[in-house]
Amino acid sequence: MVRSHILVCEGTGCTSSNAPAIVKALNDELAANNLQDEVKVVTTGCFGLCALGPIMIVYPEGAFYSRMTPEHIPEIVSEHIVKGRIVKKYLYEETVDTESGVTKSLNETNFYAKQERVALRNCGVINPEDIEEYIAVDGYAALGKVLTEWKPEDVIKCISDSGLKGRGGAGFPTGLKWSLAAKTVADVKYVCCNADEGDPGAFMDRSVLEGDPHAVLEAMAIAAYAVGACRGFIYVRAEYPIAVHRLQIAIDQAREYGLLGENIFGTGFNFDVELRLGAGAFVCGEETALMTSIGGNRGEPRPRPPFPSEKGIFDIPTMNNNVETYANIPQIILKGADWFASMGTENSKGTKVFALGGKIKNTGLVEIPMGTTLREIVEDIGGGVPDGKLFKAAQMGGPSGGCIPASLIDTKVDYESLAAVGAMVGSGGLIVMDEDNCMVDIAKFFLEFTVDESCGKCTPCRIGTRRLLEYLEKITDGKATMQDLEDMEALCYHIKSNSLCGLGQTAPNPVLSTLRYFRDEYIAHIEEKRCPAGVCKKLVQYVITDKCIGCTKCARNCPVNAINGTVKQLHEIDQVKCIKCGACVDGCKFGAIIKK
Amino acid sequence: MSKRCTIPFKGTKEQEAQLRAMIADHKDQQGALMPILQGAQEIYGYLPYEVMTIISQELKISMADIYGVATFYAQFSLVPKGEYKIGVCLGTACYVKGAGDLIDKVKEILNLEVGGCTPDGKFSLEATRCIGACGLAPVMTINDDVYGRLTVDQIPGILKKYMD
Repeated sequence: MVRSHILVCEGTGCTSSNAPAIVKALNDELAANNLQDEVKVVTTGCFGLCALGPIMIVYPEGAFYSRMTPEHIPEIVSEHIVKGRIVKKYLYEETVDTESGVTKSLNETNFYAKQERVALRNCGVINPEDIEEYIAVDGYAALGKVLTEWKPEDVIKCISDSGLKGRGGAGFPTGLKWSLAAKTVADVKYVCCNADEGDPGAFMDRSVLEGDPHAVLEAMAIAAYAVGACRGFIYVRAEYPIAVHRLQIAIDQAREYGLLGENIFGTGFNFDVELRLGAGAFVCGEETALMTSIGGNRGEPRPRPPFPSEKGIFDIPTMNNNVETYANIPQIILKGADWFASMGTENSKGTKVFALGGKIKNTGLVEIPMGTTLREIVEDIGGGVPDGKLFKAAQMGGPSGGCIPASLIDTKVDYESLAAVGAMVGSGGLIVMDEDNCMVDIAKFFLEFTVDESCGKCTPCRIGTRRLLEYLEKITDGKATMQDLEDMEALCYHIKSNSLCGLGQTAPNPVLSTLRYFRDEYIAHIEEKRCPAGVCKKLVQYVITDKCIGCTKCARNCPVNAINGTVKQLHEIDQVKCIKCGACVDGCKFGAIIKK
Repeated sequence: MSKRCTIPFKGTKEQEAQLRAMIADHKDQQGALMPILQGAQEIYGYLPYEVMTIISQELKISMADIYGVATFYAQFSLVPKGEYKIGVCLGTACYVKGAGDLIDKVKEILNLEVGGCTPDGKFSLEATRCIGACGLAPVMTINDDVYGRLTVDQIPGILKKYMD
């Protein structure tokens, strides 16, 4: 009889910080105490609070241990598991009341209290490598219900009524997409799952695939039934080895259980799924490029029409949805369209998962009802900006998105409100920036990304983004004029209106949105040759303060002899000679050299 | 093929047998080229010219098309990687936390450009896309070892471990 379960997160974040060693230490220690039959170690998907990883939770107490190392394990096993005394010093501090010392549930902490978990429902709860655990939490019940009780049009009506919109970035109504695909007349149709999550700083889809792969398979089967497809493809990034591994296990188990394959639930419905791996091309997140890539070609997008619903993978009509969109489907079927539509706002229903990162205390994965304000996400859930720094902006939507400045922190996070301020829900990356981040530099960072990832097929994107990057480099080098700024802005609109696919059409957004809210920073770079945040290397000045004791080390380290001074005297940097390499700062033991 | 790799091909008979078996497995699949290139890179560590020639003959796809696909995707490499593959994550979360300074330090210490390999074949350096360990930002990987929450001054010590 198992009296206790220990859940250890084996998402990518925690695995990177050594979770497998913790699992091994736990199993060894339990065996040494002859407890292996009483206590079960379960490896799960992402809990969400990646900042505190590696994470483990001991049930039935619900004790939430954070930043675990294998060295902590013997003490936790002997104290907590053997003697029943929770080792409070290793618990996540927010789960311990500072005055009474009483531990509280994870769901009462700031990080989790405002979250509503639909797509992430099973992440961090079940073992994703065991189909029985998924079935135990109503897994495949939605598929069973649909196949045995519903007609395909009932499924489409339910999804339409729920108000679900595509979670991959564009926000197209899912029910409408399904009904269009269902109307296509063809002998053979496919469904596809876009798991080519390429936005830097976004890892929602990966966490769903790692933590709850069966939910995606179940949803794909439901979609296939609704639109009349017989075969499914999942296009997943090769950079996600854990997700690929668990998906393959899930597919094999589902086939073994007869939940994929022929005559599913004895209803005569046939459906099977196969995995295809990407090879590191951001543009393959665009659906026509993705389908071209599955065909074994350079993953270049093509003009639409024909739409994928007429000509998709191998020229077969294909309906494509994003991972997170699929992850919502089984819940909507089981709990009803009204339940889903009761969450969120008028036009943005349900919840959305965001990957919180950057200058924020609780980096990790959060799922919130649409319409939650950015302030609640950053301050309450995210715990605010660390080190007493000021919140400057949040970047949403990655290279296609924009930033929201501190003055608009009360903006609601939903499709319409974000579009109104020039940002977007996007796929769900949410990067927080503080006063030390230069907004021109951030725009340049995203443009470097799009220049690198532009497939080269159409000229506005291939050449336009490069020219745009050159303007930004000129600005951060302090060589631009106000005329350049004007020309750059005009170029942005040209690229937007003339590019072939979403990559080019949205590539200028990071520039336009930083220009909208932080134009003064651009102007400071251009007119005053100054980077207000002290980031842009060419504009930074190194200055020696009076902490200098005259040890001469910096003068000796300087590769261009730009530092003057005699022994035991305050040294000085010749700003004309200085190449801003920073060698003086690295060598100074007294912290006497500062960047200005 | 102007960029043809100048490093001599060192493939073995065993590797070729493995390659041909792998091609045979995928040959009849639709869109077989990508999985085959991925398999070939797994066997050889990169995509040597000689290997692409075999794939071209077996699949009856022109070398031009294969070269086109192999150079389109960032994951494929036409040159061998170092014994220790260093990856500095330049995803947004890592970047705003100073990953740019980390990569500069690695470049400086090893006298290496991004995408390059040291002459002794020991280290190669990549600026990787988000590896998804944003909670640990900024992150550097060396083969399967992950180093998180890094600062620039930790870099020399970490690299030293792999130098001897």
